Amino acid sequence: MNSLLDGITVLDLTDEKGFLCGRILAEMGADVIKVEKPGGDASRKTGPFYHDEPDPEKSLTWFAYNLNKRGITLDIASNDGWAIFLKLIERADIVIESFPAGYMQQIGLDYIVLKAINPRIIMTSITPFGQTGPYKDYVASDIVVQAMSGYLYLCGDPDHPPMRISIPQAYLHASGEAAIATMMALYNRENSGEGQYVDVSAQQSMVRNTVNAVPLWLTYGEILERSGAFRVGLGRNLRARQTWACKDGFVNFLFVGGILAAVAGSSGLTDWLEEEGVSTDYSGSLKDFDISKFTQEEWEQMEAPVAKLFLKYTKKELFDEGNRRRVSICPVHSPEEVVDYPQLEARGFWAEVNHKELGTSIKYPGSCIRSTDMPAPELRRAPLIGEHNMEIYHDELGLSAQEITRLQKLNVI
Amino acid sequence: MEGVKVLDFTWVIAGPLITKCLADYGATVIRVESMVRPCFLRVSGPFKDRVVGPDNTTYFAYFNPNKYSASLNLKKPVGLRTARKLADWADIIIENYVPGKLAKLGLDYETVRKTNPDIIMLSTSGQGQTGPMAGIPMTGMILVALTGFMFYSGWPGEESTQPFGPVNDFITPSFGLPAILAALRHRKLTGQGQSIDLSQLEAGIQFLAPGILDYTANKRQIGNVGNSSSDAAPHGVYPCADNRWCAIAVFSDNEWEAFCTTMGHSEMAGNPMFSTFPCRKRNEDELNEMVGQWTIKHTPEHIMQSLQRAGVQAGVVQNSRDVCEDPQLKARNHFWSMKHPVIGDSISFGEPAILSETPAQPLRPAPCLGEHTEFVASEFLNMSEQELVELLSDES
Repeated sequence: MNSLLDGITVLDLTDEKGFLCGRILAEMGADVIKVEKPGGDASRKTGPFYHDEPDPEKSLTWFAYNLNKRGITLDIASNDGWAIFLKLIERADIVIESFPAGYMQQIGLDYIVLKAINPRIIMTSITPFGQTGPYKDYVASDIVVQAMSGYLYLCGDPDHPPMRISIPQAYLHASGEAAIATMMALYNRENSGEGQYVDVSAQQSMVRNTVNAVPLWLTYGEILERSGAFRVGLGRNLRARQTWACKDGFVNFLFVGGILAAVAGSSGLTDWLEEEGVSTDYSGSLKDFDISKFTQEEWEQMEAPVAKLFLKYTKKELFDEGNRRRVSICPVHSPEEVVDYPQLEARGFWAEVNHKELGTSIKYPGSCIRSTDMPAPELRRAPLIGEHNMEIYHDELGLSAQEITRLQKLNVI
Repeated sequence: MEGVKVLDFTWVIAGPLITKCLADYGATVIRVESMVRPCFLRVSGPFKDRVVGPDNTTYFAYFNPNKYSASLNLKKPVGLRTARKLADWADIIIENYVPGKLAKLGLDYETVRKTNPDIIMLSTSGQGQTGPMAGIPMTGMILVALTGFMFYSGWPGEESTQPFGPVNDFITPSFGLPAILAALRHRKLTGQGQSIDLSQLEAGIQFLAPGILDYTANKRQIGNVGNSSSDAAPHGVYPCADNRWCAIAVFSDNEWEAFCTTMGHSEMAGNPMFSTFPCRKRNEDELNEMVGQWTIKHTPEHIMQSLQRAGVQAGVVQNSRDVCEDPQLKARNHFWSMKHPVIGDSISFGEPAILSETPAQPLRPAPCLGEHTEFVASEFLNMSEQELVELLSDES
């Protein structure tokens, strides 16, 4: 065995709602076969595109989350396609799909059918709200799921409507949960010898991202509101700044101290403020710090000299000096700064992935699961439309070239 | 996961979420804690009856059901000795200390595997176990800035703002748990353990990969677009009656037609200003204004239901109360209620996926701090009476 999931075969029927699930399994070495409609999946139309060319072979979202997968085309809703899919099921361990609830049943490919063919098969469905319940047929893109989970309400500042992270997040969380649950089912299969059905709700995948908002409502009857650059909910009605302007951008810093300072205290800041000659009466209290005792006015008086200090330095200067003094000040990174961040380079995080067809290579975020004994496979670019049709249908399933041509003519593959 | 033994040295959210999932599926999870250095959640509110205390916090209880708690002061010999015994007992150790800390305690992978050769260890620190910045203590919020999430949160022409919460904490389990489960399966098949290094920064970056590729392939960085989307219009959050909001996303021209009909203005579908996606995108300000004039007259529930009936993607921007009363979440038994000795009805949440044969279950509420110290020592470690007395009398 070379990688964690060597020998595991996954049929990935998902669109962007489920890409990451198969990607995580591929990162651990599973053979993940992306099954698309003949002509390519609609999700290939998701931007941004390589050099802004809206071409199904140039979607950067498709690239990002389909690394290390193989790709075939198959119309699973046609009679011939249905039969071929069941042949694939015989040899597979896992199926992942993100069609609307009930669709797989409609085309005769629900779990009961698959299980009859292969009792060890695990089937994972990813939908906005799950396979059951009053909203099971609701349609929901990223922003709608974020809204319904309670997360969106908390994002942004009070002067504007709630605001999402502009790179869609909800279905990445759902896909992550799908990978977890699928692996749980795979682990259990080693005991029971049988697969099972996994029903993932994207909404449920994001509810917990509201941190303590639900406990706050249920315990105090308080509804947590969005607070943008400030952190609320720590002290009594306290708004604590966490985003600060500096010389060349922004840094993130939050006063913590006393019993909350287990991770990184702010006491190192006291000496720094003194050395800079900007400390006030309140600066001393950083050393013996109890957030619950502060009024907003006192808090702001404590913040004022810090705001002045930060404006004197660049992001990098504050990060380095903060690290020296064990004060957690962190630069607000742009994508460029993430790519240039020395820690990631030192860990060999980035991978140049060859895109022969584009005549170039592209720098990708590498694998993040790093095992001592079982390294992640080298990154391989996402599959082209039908790239592995011959390899899989002919070499592996044993369909004749004549049969493949027939199926192509019928637009089945 | 019955019979799988997990030793949990984690705190705050990312690590505890990982061990929560294992516990929810039936693993025996022992959380090592100490009031000498309590978990941030143990000392963070809300608190039952507003009484501050490690067993009163409903925040901690929300994230830690189904676990056992052993109170061990690792600065004292007896506490450390007990922790090392637990390391030999465990199948899996999960920790998110600053790298190097466990080695100092003799609880690192290399040391533990000498006496427990097939141990599986997951280390999930902010920036990973190696590299020049590995030793910097990290909190969730600053990781959000470092990862680049703030860059993608902002209105046009304004400063970037903070997305809510320690985002990376909620991403890390998506990679950590599959890795642990794959390692556990691998061990079952081969008898071999392993150690896994999961950087929360590297995990977080996976969730921004399309933006990173836009930079590395196109040398372009687009942040601060508010709620707009390059694939949909109208797309955003629209004001409704009673100062509430509804999220709406219209991608195709068919959806646009259905939207106009629902709004009671089917003639609008053919209006050349908005009839195609490029037109709608070009006239997005006017479009948003018009949509808002409709939505403001209705409750977000009305907007959601009528648009959903027409097949248009829409959803109430729910606050925490709405979420607690959400009929869908109720139908899915999302929230768990368990009897807690201090809190009473203690609320947590189930796993977001339902497994048909081995579903996650609420077995017991979050533990009080050190609630199971004696139980763990006597049941799992067969400690002698004398050692047990020493352990329990220690200020742990």
